[in-house]
Amino acid sequence: MTTVKTKLDRRSFIRSSALAGGGLLLTFSWLAPACTTDSPKQLTMPDEWYELNGFLKIGNNGAVTIMSPNPEIGQNVKTSMPMIVADELDVDWKFVMVEQAPLNTDIFTRQLAGGSQSIRQGWNGLRMAGATGRRMLREAAAHEWKVPVDEITTEAGVLYHKNSGKEAGYGEMASAAAELTVPEEVELKDIKDFTIIGTSRKNVDGQKIVTGKPLFGLDYKAEGMLIAMIEHPPAFGMKLKSFDATEAKAMPGIIDVFSIKTYNDDYQMQWSDVTAFTELVAVVGKSTWEVMNAKLMLNVEWEPIAEDNAQGVPAGFESTADHYKKMEEAAAKAGREQRRDGNPEEAFKNAAKVIERTYTAPFQAHSPMEPMNFFADVKDDFALLAGPTQTPEFMEKTVAARLGLPLEKVDVQMTRMGGGFGRRLYGHFMVEAAVISQQVKAPVKLIYSREDDMSYGIYRPAYHALYRAALDADNNLIGFHVRMGGIPESPLHANRFPAGSVDNYLAESFTVESNISTGAFRAPGSNFNAVAEQSFLDEVAEAAGKDPIQFRLDLLKRAQENPVGSNNDYDAARYAGVLEQVREKSGWDTNSEGKNRGVAAYFCHNSYVANVVDIANKDGKQVIEKVYASVDCGIVVNPDAAVNMTEGSIVDGIGHAMYSELTFSEGQPEQNNFDMYRLIRHAEAPKEIEVHFVENNIDPTGLGEPPYPPVMGALANALYKANGERYYHQPFVKNSIG
Amino acid sequence: MAVFNLNINGKQHEVDVDPSTPMLWVLRDHLDLVGTKFGCGIAQCGACTILVNGVATRSCITFVDSVGDKEITTIEGLSENGDHALQKAWIEEDVPQCGYCQSGQIMNAAGLLNANPSPSDEEIEMAMHGNICRCGTYTRIKKAIKTAANS
Ligand code: FES
Ligand code: FES
Repeated sequence: MTTVKTKLDRRSFIRSSALAGGGLLLTFSWLAPACTTDSPKQLTMPDEWYELNGFLKIGNNGAVTIMSPNPEIGQNVKTSMPMIVADELDVDWKFVMVEQAPLNTDIFTRQLAGGSQSIRQGWNGLRMAGATGRRMLREAAAHEWKVPVDEITTEAGVLYHKNSGKEAGYGEMASAAAELTVPEEVELKDIKDFTIIGTSRKNVDGQKIVTGKPLFGLDYKAEGMLIAMIEHPPAFGMKLKSFDATEAKAMPGIIDVFSIKTYNDDYQMQWSDVTAFTELVAVVGKSTWEVMNAKLMLNVEWEPIAEDNAQGVPAGFESTADHYKKMEEAAAKAGREQRRDGNPEEAFKNAAKVIERTYTAPFQAHSPMEPMNFFADVKDDFALLAGPTQTPEFMEKTVAARLGLPLEKVDVQMTRMGGGFGRRLYGHFMVEAAVISQQVKAPVKLIYSREDDMSYGIYRPAYHALYRAALDADNNLIGFHVRMGGIPESPLHANRFPAGSVDNYLAESFTVESNISTGAFRAPGSNFNAVAEQSFLDEVAEAAGKDPIQFRLDLLKRAQENPVGSNNDYDAARYAGVLEQVREKSGWDTNSEGKNRGVAAYFCHNSYVANVVDIANKDGKQVIEKVYASVDCGIVVNPDAAVNMTEGSIVDGIGHAMYSELTFSEGQPEQNNFDMYRLIRHAEAPKEIEVHFVENNIDPTGLGEPPYPPVMGALANALYKANGERYYHQPFVKNSIG
Repeated sequence: MAVFNLNINGKQHEVDVDPSTPMLWVLRDHLDLVGTKFGCGIAQCGACTILVNGVATRSCITFVDSVGDKEITTIEGLSENGDHALQKAWIEEDVPQCGYCQSGQIMNAAGLLNANPSPSDEEIEMAMHGNICRCGTYTRIKKAIKTAANS
């Protein structure tokens, strides 16, 4: 048992005496029983709820409500975060209900979905919240039974005093516990004593999802709510000049048509305020279809942005062919040096063999299945916003600044999100909804059509990488050089593997300016690095006549035993661990005969993943028969959900490497819906996926992103085995539907 | 505007809308049946799938004036208590990630099972090809359809 200080800020434990039960609270808190499928009948309604801290409430009958602090985007935090609290509280999961917490930075920290950090950064706080609740219940029982608190044990929501034979359910002690002072320090469970963490629990919203209950932002409804849509410039490098709304306004059901500015002129943007289009035309009406039709009747004139605009955005209309040319030109020159070990120039000069390859990847649109949308109800002195956002905390500030309201007068509620993948880190649509509501003086739900969504920007940047490897006469890797850039940012992580494993190493970066807006996309940078680097290492291993897994393991051994440089930001032993596990589980050494297999491994967002992909040739077509994954993300909180997340990332990674590409002509995106922009579909997914986790007691790290990048490299390497072709440019299958 | 009497989930509903309104928006905006989702609006993603006389149909391109007295089933009406074999299988296999595509996937699968109660893997892949899951839950969806078919 570890004892820890309850170093959560005092404010984070809102003390509250008995919260009146019944009525209001129950009507919404009872909606999400975690045990929908197991035993709904065992749950009965408590008469009163007692709040022990901001994370949990206990009913007088032993029912427990646990708040899930972070936005739920499909990464399963709404189930797995409360599981952590419940385990330390030591309750039966059957009696737990989960509620989405409101945005409240006094109680919760980092209410953000991004960087695969929810579980990793929430871990200690969630454990402490549960453990604090348990401690207070034990103290209440000790007081009541007049025995030392150390003699009180708990199990599955029941308090015991062994010597006297006394026992009581949590519900019986909840009222007294809520009156106690929050303890200064609490005991955390030993990992071996976990009863919920490490066991598979079903998605707490599962039943609602499969019965079509309103859960998502797009489903939000309020009394008197109007529907709004926006029209944005058709091309990057353009802005609004003028518009004629006469015809649109005359359409049935239309309330108003006007232009809006997303930000005030003197506003200092924060990182989540990305948008290329700061002035838009808004159409507001009574129903979605009416607004969609009126939008078609808009007469808008657009004009090129000024050369010397205040935002410092480059003017002009860009095209895909120019993008690749510019990156190629930039890569032909020395870049900004980010890391140097030994003497790479000398190594390449003395090499017996030099391998040089170039890799590219296109812009991609996030395209979560739920298009961007948000609800806003802005009054003179208060604004309520509700909908899908990965960054409620940041966007609350932006919205408050734009409306000129103090922060505490802006309330942001989080709905379940129909995916995000980074797209909903950038909440311009929240500001737009708020400004539109302010203008029409009514509650408004802003909805993007798929076309609006896909052509709005905030794309995954386009990337380019030049890799060079130097082998000596004995096929040892003596030099490694990477020059990596993109539009508008370089994806380079200079201190990641193979840095640290090669004596002579050089990493450079470059960037190319653009007026196309970009943003974080599932595993930013890594989503390109993994495929480029892992394909390249495959070729280098082949040139060196070595087995691709052993080749990587040898390098990792060097990095572990005698690392080059001191700045290597990965753990070589854990890296090797996933490769070794996937080698064993896939039968790499024993069962590869007749198989077209490729391997890759990558480390990002604090977790390690290795894949083996098997491809079969069937009737002249390549079919992905099986994908193996080995994952090291520390303690696995909810195993089956973690498998699901890994499977999904694998499918998603294969899809984006194979099919997805957004191109431009004269600043205009050439794909704006799924008839032209290709996402992976059922028949293209692997026939089988087998996921393994490395077992250890390391605090958990994230899983939303790490399993996404490496599979692309393993896929490229397996395709090479299947058809003899190396894949240097994404998408591997050129973008045409059919 | 025109008045339509629609047979949805076994009940009669009257709506007064423009005849060109897709069923998707009739359901979502006018009848508060929001389980049917908007994903693309052009029959490319399957999020809006409903059953029309038992056949899986994209509601985003099914105009209200084409429906007549045909039986419409939405995810809300697939079963009374959320216990259709497919819904149970979806829970059993814990299919959803974000969950947004899943009502469309389930309704499309319901259409498939109506036509073919024990589909092969290939038949499932073909039938489900029009339903995108951006979260990549395809392997679980296939498993859940097989679980439901076998139950
Ligand atoms: S919304 Fe109908 S198929 Fe996409
Ligand atoms: S579960 Fe997210 S789109 Fe399918």
